[in-house]
Amino acid sequence: MTLADTDRHSRPRAARDYSLTGPQARAAIETGLASAEWYHSDIPRKAMKDLMRRKDGPALRDTALWIGLLILSALGGIATWGTWATVPFWAVYGVLYGSACDSRWHECGHGTAFRTSWMNDAVYVLASFMVMRNPTSWRWSHARHHTDTIIVGRDPEIALMRPPNLARKSLAFIGIPDVFEQFWILARNAAGRFSADERDYIPESERPKAIRWARVFVAIHLAAVAGALATGSLLPLMLIGGPRIYGCWHMVMTGLLQHGGLAENVLDHRLNSRSLHMNPVSRWIYWNMNYHVEHHMFPMVPYHALPRLHALIKHDLPPANSSLLDAYREMIPALIRQRHAPGHHIPKALPPTAQPFRAEFHALDGERQ
Amino acid sequence: MADWTRVCALDDIDEEDVIRFDHDGRTFAVYRDLDGGVYCTDGLCTHEQVHLADGLVMDDTIECPKHNGRFNYKTGAPLRSPVCVALATYPARVVDGEVEVQL
Ligand code: FES
Repeated sequence: MTLADTDRHSRPRAARDYSLTGPQARAAIETGLASAEWYHSDIPRKAMKDLMRRKDGPALRDTALWIGLLILSALGGIATWGTWATVPFWAVYGVLYGSACDSRWHECGHGTAFRTSWMNDAVYVLASFMVMRNPTSWRWSHARHHTDTIIVGRDPEIALMRPPNLARKSLAFIGIPDVFEQFWILARNAAGRFSADERDYIPESERPKAIRWARVFVAIHLAAVAGALATGSLLPLMLIGGPRIYGCWHMVMTGLLQHGGLAENVLDHRLNSRSLHMNPVSRWIYWNMNYHVEHHMFPMVPYHALPRLHALIKHDLPPANSSLLDAYREMIPALIRQRHAPGHHIPKALPPTAQPFRAEFHALDGERQ
Repeated sequence: MADWTRVCALDDIDEEDVIRFDHDGRTFAVYRDLDGGVYCTDGLCTHEQVHLADGLVMDDTIECPKHNGRFNYKTGAPLRSPVCVALATYPARVVDGEVEVQL
């Protein structure tokens, strides 16, 4: 999920310390929460191999549809520019660019969307550009997110830090101030500078690559700004960069649910991640990441096999929320409560068929303020 | 030269798959390719010490189950970040339907 890196620097004074170089980082290492062994549901190797199998077909079809719709909606928007008829075209283009980019970035970053490596890499770079993330830095950030999911002081991608700043998170639905902060990070990287947190998870050998990509991304965005100034029209920014503001709402809506309101500092994804059912359009935009517990437990399983994985292990997981609305109904009261009680989290309950939680790790969340 | 150590019957490893092999306090991954060739590497990923036997074998590569880093399991070469450091490899052979490795 996005929004995390910059959020860390704008926290109220009483907030938990989410930096990756502070006392919580040391505490996580000392208590064995860092790089720990996580719970996995049992799946026979044969079934797992079948789930992990890579194919090009589903992602080629989805990518052709994605790019095709991007082109058509952009052409429609340009053709009707200056009239009210333009609005629906940009509404579609915005979500395809500013939201669907996140799931493509994610799956291709894992290298699971396509079987063919260069296809993963090509879509990954395009999606990284759209979502305004440094493709090199975020590979490392996301690896850490999987090693230490929602471990305070270790995970650089905690989107809802406690106590949550709800006004700020509401503005994130229109990309504010996130998009400017992401651009600032790219500009900083382009100048060869990395924050202490970035230095914590990006190996030195990878930083020259991160600098090169940042320069390319910044240059293209500046060209779009220059184009807008030169033509006196917003059109270049409607096409490039702008959708990260006016079309990111779906990415934020789905992304906040991944771990929002759930436990921190536990070693069982069933406690800190949320799976939910969702309408088919959102699932296509989100590439099935609504099965988020399943994804974290088994990141080798491609997005197109996640529904099958869900069916196979749902007896071992907390029941998935029935809809986006149901998930928000669960999350929002918890976030409101966390504003004053940062130790609070939603206790996920398991069905009787599931392996029990390991209580020693479940107990850690409320204690480590 | 170290002795050859028996691992298992060739049929115990599926084609294009990997198994875990623990020996002498160390852990290894033993692979079988589509042509019946067998290969052996250290068992733990060089990125974060996760066992590769839970990973995915595709062509000549093993993908780590934790962060999808990839190695060529025939040479040990790192192929995909976050893997940067090569994997140690060991000679492996099939004798009378039995897989043996030289550790
Ligand atoms: S532990 Fe193997 S890629 Fe990270």
